[in-house]
Amino acid sequence: MRDCFVDTTTALLAEKPRTALVLADISAALFASAAERHPDRVLNVGIREQLMVGVAGGLALTGLRPIVHSYAPFLVERAYEQIKLDLDHQAASAVLVSVGGSFDRAESGRTHFSPADVALFDTLADWTVHVPGHPGEVSGLLRATVAADTSAYLRLSIMHNDRPYADAGDLVVVRDAGPGAALLVAVGPMLDAALTAVADLPVTVAYTHRPRPFDVAGLRALAGTEVILVEPYLAGTSARVVSAALADRPHRLLALGVGRKELRRYGSAEDHLRWHGLDPAGLRRALTGFLNPVAIAG
Amino acid sequence: MSSLATITTQVADAAAPLDGRDPVAPLLERVRAGRDFGPNVYSTRDVLWVLYDRILRVTPATVDEPDRDRFLLSKGHAVAGYYAVLAAKGFIPPDWLDDQGGPGSRLGDHPDRTLVPGVEIGSGSLGHGLGLAVGSALGLRAQGLLDPRVYVLLGDAELDEGSNHEAIAYAGAVGLANLTAIVVDNSSATYGWPGGVATRFTVNGWIAATVDGHDQDALHAALTGHHGHRPHVVVAVVNNGEQA
Repeated sequence: MRDCFVDTTTALLAEKPRTALVLADISAALFASAAERHPDRVLNVGIREQLMVGVAGGLALTGLRPIVHSYAPFLVERAYEQIKLDLDHQAASAVLVSVGGSFDRAESGRTHFSPADVALFDTLADWTVHVPGHPGEVSGLLRATVAADTSAYLRLSIMHNDRPYADAGDLVVVRDAGPGAALLVAVGPMLDAALTAVADLPVTVAYTHRPRPFDVAGLRALAGTEVILVEPYLAGTSARVVSAALADRPHRLLALGVGRKELRRYGSAEDHLRWHGLDPAGLRRALTGFLNPVAIAG
Repeated sequence: MSSLATITTQVADAAAPLDGRDPVAPLLERVRAGRDFGPNVYSTRDVLWVLYDRILRVTPATVDEPDRDRFLLSKGHAVAGYYAVLAAKGFIPPDWLDDQGGPGSRLGDHPDRTLVPGVEIGSGSLGHGLGLAVGSALGLRAQGLLDPRVYVLLGDAELDEGSNHEAIAYAGAVGLANLTAIVVDNSSATYGWPGGVATRFTVNGWIAATVDGHDQDALHAALTGHHGHRPHVVVAVVNNGEQA
């Protein structure tokens, strides 16, 4: 996904003279040729994330369209007040693109984990959040986002599904279990594990790579009384959205995602998925516990 | 409810006088409205007046022009003098000064750029203006707008915030020549700046001038003293507690 981001951003810098890129050393080498061609619009501020977002705010105030990029914890958590004040409070907008996700670089440990990033954007107003599930989804999302002129966060990951879904901002039904079935919404790279987990269960699976704004109309059209969320970031991040969307209906919600507890373990991203119950076996356990006996017996 | 006669008198008082009287003082009194101002209000007054009267190439008619000079108030609590100067120069109606911070007021204790014409940034949380100024200066340069300058006003205590030092080091390293920082130094930083505020900038490649923050001619000379290929800082030294 990072390579797709680099290629598309490099192309946008050449195509659209309003586009600017602000970096804090992370990925700077990958943009070396773009920096050579556009020295005034490819700006590496060094390891200075507060400045990175502040500079983006200033660029936007002069009319440019900044793309800001770093590791998720440094981009979102370290510079949170700059996002709140140097962008939102100034009525300035930018496209923030992270890599690393919840625990992509698992061997680096907690300092490089950012499971709370999407929840942090939920504390702000009007941010679009894209969580692509496949490298093939990145370029289209980035181009549309840069053209849109509003603030957006793209969360790139090394985890991905087998195939891309090009147009999955609104919920796309990937597996239809028929009327009355439970609805599972898989966000971004969680889709394949979710599909494996539901196997023979009466569960409809819908996919989205745009958790914000969440496709509320699609959810209301598809949801029965059981809803399951599977998100690759903090568990429950979208629970409030689902609860609000279905406030007028009796329903049960199971919100799966990354746990809050610091595990203090390294290993691989796959290990962390398993430890957080987000591998197919873990999802299956949670699903059957949630659905039994109602749906399974039925 | 004000009578028409009262409003007319207020507007007449507020209009910038032609007889050499200080045009800001009566407006500042309207903002003050009987309250006690902290020293920070008076410490920034002369700098703000020199900037708007003699330096900045921006008028109420050009607040949205791409090639205007930018003034960013980073120490957003120093609003009283700022609002008074904006009123004196016609950016905002003097009547606005009579209600600072009320439920229907556009003038808060910290300024909001979306509410006040001519205000370039919303500020209040310290340590945000210089980064925004660096971005603005880079944005102008990237668009070939080489004439306008970006001015940003900070305080010596505000320099405690580490974000400033990210911006100082970077602006110096890339030679951001269209940027001027003004640091009003009223010795309010808790641990001070041994060796002087200016050294924090010059060691990173800025050019610096340190002047009396109440000497308007000295401020003017310093604020026009930028040159070449480096960012510029003017340290305006004032005595804390001084009320003039």
